[in-house]
Amino acid sequence: MKQEPGLTIIAKTVTRISVWLIILYGIYIILHGHLSPGGGFAGGVVIALAFLNVMLTFGHETVTRWLNIDFLHDLEPACGAMYLAVGILGIAVSGSFLANFLNKGTLFNLVSSGNILVLNIIIGIKVAMGLFTVVWALALFRFDDGGEK
Amino acid sequence: MPVETWLIFILSFMLIGSVAALEMKDLLSAIIAIGVVGLGVSMAFLLLQAPDLAIVQFLFEIFSVVIMVRAFIKRDYHHQTTPSNQIGKTILVIAALGAIFIFSINVFKALPPFGEPLMTTAQYYLDNCAKETGAANIVSSIVLDYRGYDTLGEVTVLFGAILGALTILRIKPGAKPDEEEKS
Amino acid sequence: MTVYLLCFALLLVGLYGLLVKRDMIRIIIASGIMGYASNLLLILFAYKRGGLYPILEKSKAVGERVMVDPLPQALVLTSIVIELGITAMLVALAIRLFEKNKTFDITKIKRLSG
Repeated sequence: MKQEPGLTIIAKTVTRISVWLIILYGIYIILHGHLSPGGGFAGGVVIALAFLNVMLTFGHETVTRWLNIDFLHDLEPACGAMYLAVGILGIAVSGSFLANFLNKGTLFNLVSSGNILVLNIIIGIKVAMGLFTVVWALALFRFDDGGEK
Repeated sequence: MPVETWLIFILSFMLIGSVAALEMKDLLSAIIAIGVVGLGVSMAFLLLQAPDLAIVQFLFEIFSVVIMVRAFIKRDYHHQTTPSNQIGKTILVIAALGAIFIFSINVFKALPPFGEPLMTTAQYYLDNCAKETGAANIVSSIVLDYRGYDTLGEVTVLFGAILGALTILRIKPGAKPDEEEKS
Repeated sequence: MTVYLLCFALLLVGLYGLLVKRDMIRIIIASGIMGYASNLLLILFAYKRGGLYPILEKSKAVGERVMVDPLPQALVLTSIVIELGITAMLVALAIRLFEKNKTFDITKIKRLSG
């Protein structure tokens, strides 16, 4: 019987190295959303799956100590409010809600297409934090008659 | 080989998988079968030239399977047996769904044939996307620029669903781990 | 047209599961099947023969590339995300009901309070 929670030490060592690469891949998909398939939703789910990977390998008490779950849970409605703020800024600058008011740039550059890059980042963070909070809550839930895990 | 042959193959595979997912007695096999059906949908999206959707469908479906397996595995699960008065309801439902299917054949004959969409609005998006928005991914520019208001609605729905799930489980992320709620 | 009919049959299989099954988990699986079938039907309406994916390339001009319909793809993107939210909430509800009633069978849940 194992004394410590989580998987074997091989899985833990591999996860320590590879979870940063998965988060980097998620950030790449979010930032290149206007040039190649992907965008905010796909990148957000990849980041949430990276955190889920750490939670499965190390046990959820370690994750509760490693991350500040309260802050990550509050980040999700903050990103929703930022989306609304970008929309209202569109009224102030260009006269219609959610108008594309930033500089459009040249085609195929990384910093181009104005509003779309900013909105992709906002949606990516929101989806990642929301989905990770749901999975963390499902892992934390205990039955009151003494369930397992 | 034309696209339709591959699509008919994938769709029949998905039909068999979904019937198996609903009828199997073992719970873990049913959840794995629904996972395989989701992968079939992702492959069909790739064949229909929608790589954006294939990525999103694949990742979200993995997440759904992880949530379902976490919640339902290793519980005290009593297999249900169908009592005899369930047979009448099953036959009635199958007969009604069969009638709906036969009436729908005429409806699908009236649509444009497969492979020739009308594209009256979409032609404007395809022609003017590069100069009006500056993005190379046309689906991203429709989702976030031309139809950004729908994405605001979807962000709200996702927020509401996640908050609802947290409220039902009665977990507050700010509380300490040793002060859990006893119901 | 065979493809449309097969996809509609998948939708009806999901509807059968939603109406007939008494187990909460099968109901959640059936709602997932209906979601897959309706998204696939929308993308089947949007396919153009010989068309490519709707992303512009550097080497070709805009007018030369024949692309499939991008508008239903944008709508289905929203729909897939909302399906996940629905599944997460149904799973939380099912766990809570199991904790109160010790069974997943919906015909045995008779108490409204407690």
